[in-house]
Amino acid sequence: MNKLWLIFQREFLVRVKKRSFILTTLLTPFAFALIMIVPPLIGKMGDNGMKRLAVLDESGVVMQRDDSGKVVAPISDTQNLTFKPVETKLEDLQKSYQEDGFDGIVYVPEMVNNDAAIRIQYFSEGQLSMGDKRTIEKKIEQKFESKKIKDAGFEENMIEQFQADVALNQKQIYLDDAGNIVEKDKKNGAEVATAMGFFMAFIIYIILIVYGMQVMRSVMEEKMNRIVEVVISSVKPFQLMLGKILGVSAVGILQLLVWGGLIFGIALLVPLFLGIDASQAQGMSEMSAAEQETMIDYTNQLLISLSQQNWGFIIPVFLVYFLGGYFIYAALFAAVGSAVGDDLGESQSLTMPIMIPVILSISFMPAVIDNPDGTLAFWLSMIPFFSPIIMPARLPFEPPLWEVLLSGAILIATAFFFIWLAGRIYRVGILMYGKKVTFKELGKWLFYKD
Amino acid sequence: MNILTLENVVKNYDKHCAVDNVSFAVPKGSIYGLLGPNGAGKTSLIRIITTITRADSGEVWLDGEKLNAGHPAEIGYMPEERGLYKKMKVGEQLMYLAQLKGMSKKEAKKNLMEWLEKFGITDWWGKKVEELSKGMQQKIQFIATVVHRPKLLILDEPFSGLDPINANLIKDEIYQLNKEGSSIIFSTHRMEQVEEICEYISLINQGKNVLSGKVADVKQDFKQHLFSIGYSGVLPAELAMQDAANANFEIVERKEQELLVKIENDEASNALLQYLIQKGVHIRAFHEILPTLNEIFIRQVNG
Repeated sequence: MNKLWLIFQREFLVRVKKRSFILTTLLTPFAFALIMIVPPLIGKMGDNGMKRLAVLDESGVVMQRDDSGKVVAPISDTQNLTFKPVETKLEDLQKSYQEDGFDGIVYVPEMVNNDAAIRIQYFSEGQLSMGDKRTIEKKIEQKFESKKIKDAGFEENMIEQFQADVALNQKQIYLDDAGNIVEKDKKNGAEVATAMGFFMAFIIYIILIVYGMQVMRSVMEEKMNRIVEVVISSVKPFQLMLGKILGVSAVGILQLLVWGGLIFGIALLVPLFLGIDASQAQGMSEMSAAEQETMIDYTNQLLISLSQQNWGFIIPVFLVYFLGGYFIYAALFAAVGSAVGDDLGESQSLTMPIMIPVILSISFMPAVIDNPDGTLAFWLSMIPFFSPIIMPARLPFEPPLWEVLLSGAILIATAFFFIWLAGRIYRVGILMYGKKVTFKELGKWLFYKD
Repeated sequence: MNILTLENVVKNYDKHCAVDNVSFAVPKGSIYGLLGPNGAGKTSLIRIITTITRADSGEVWLDGEKLNAGHPAEIGYMPEERGLYKKMKVGEQLMYLAQLKGMSKKEAKKNLMEWLEKFGITDWWGKKVEELSKGMQQKIQFIATVVHRPKLLILDEPFSGLDPINANLIKDEIYQLNKEGSSIIFSTHRMEQVEEICEYISLINQGKNVLSGKVADVKQDFKQHLFSIGYSGVLPAELAMQDAANANFEIVERKEQELLVKIENDEASNALLQYLIQKGVHIRAFHEILPTLNEIFIRQVNG
């Protein structure tokens, strides 16, 4: 036990003290933060920020004028775009617009048929951003809409009376023991659950592969270094393997914790940092008041939904699947690492069969999240090669408790079995040099006597 | 009293028999040579003694006890193919290996500092192993092998890759440890080293123990009653002509002022000497030539 602790300590400290570990652990969340912060900032600072547009309106709808020719209802400017009515021939404008200080021309031709699609044109040297394009379309749409409403004989402000706002509210119902219907607000918006499911499954997927590979590389290194023979003249090979797997798992947990803490911290700080700007960002300013309300509503709902998650259940179960899956795959990777020498090609042909279930799990995941209580989801949760990725993806959808317990039990039992199995291969593999290893050979090693 | 006893030890891998019914005993306080060509089964045998693997059958005793889980702490093993954690610092690495052998932190630190001082390399403590030369790494490896004061030290080709100065340094330390009471098994195929260092040997070939015993006894057993005779002057005609009538001895080789003569048995040496004197040979030297371990080794291995 004491020796296992020594090995665990070494494996853990050697990795944690590495500069590369410290850097990736601390910097990855900041890289995420940068990805979140920088594009909006650049978008705001970019040179296509302000545009002065000449609007040549031949339809008379967009820039309505009174009898004296004065524009009575101009298009309101936005943060990025200013609209100036012009009256001249298109051809002349196209020649002179830049000299006149415009960045582009919005040309609204005369409407012959009121029912036809409204085709407007934009002339410029440069390109419109997607946001600007949408803004212009929307502004002009609004003008035509209000004209049509008026033409139909309605007051413009009556339109609000015709609008309806529909929201689908999900309620969970079940019958209690007395046969009464119990109604509960569904905690999760489906969107939040989906996002969380994907996120958790993906984290486990990455950890399985990254840390599994680390175990394999470490085993190969010890074998190639030949230090392994010295070490196993002091401890049992199984202790060495187990200590290594546990040590690396502790590194993984530490990294997860630091990431979790930092991401949480950054997620709190970023809106503060961007806060005021964000509400003024062009996307928001183009929204109607109603839309903005929905947006704020949505954000609130998201936060509420997240805070209402059953974290007391999700976090421990997530850890069980993380550890269970990690132990299974790390054990397999350790076995492969012990069997191959420094021959990378050989290790690839042996790691491929290990990777297949991991990759399959990821490709099954969307179907599982689509139908988290379906047959596919159920059976994949029962197969311990898939469950470490599939079950966490289902967790936000609140799968039946007995399924979680059963699948967890199968997973844990399998993890123990595979650690034992890997130990059998490992103890032979680490002392075997210069032999091309096949699966048949590995099978034989299982039955070698000590 | 023996530090190590092997009785009918057998180890099979697949269909290949690596250790085939080997028995021998290593007397306490001795330096014992384990000889054999490459692939003879020396390493398999050592791995059984160091509890890395277990014998399929047969028994091993260490210091009067059947081999058990406590024994690795009493054995120091330096494998032929050796290495260290390249990225680890010398001090951390030695501490780790010493603690794996069951030493306390304090004890390990104290012993290690003594060893580093002895070799004059205390300033290596904070260096990474990969910064050291191969020879330097060997010293660290040696310290890791002996730091826990093992009763039994097993060294597999300890001098391979060492320059003569470092080899001598290590050799002196081996003698010193032996004087302080460690028994030493020295596995090699370099015979001249064995003759110089070892008191006892076992010769392993194709998994079998071909012969065991004191080096001096083995040489006696394998001697061919060869004598070298140094003389001055001219040989009498009869001898010079290779006198076939003389059935008592046979001249194996003639060199300048020296004859190599083979006789029937040890008792015949006096008769030979008398004969030569009688014939008027002026003898300046007369001594028996014992076979080298190398010759014995080759003779045994080739059948």
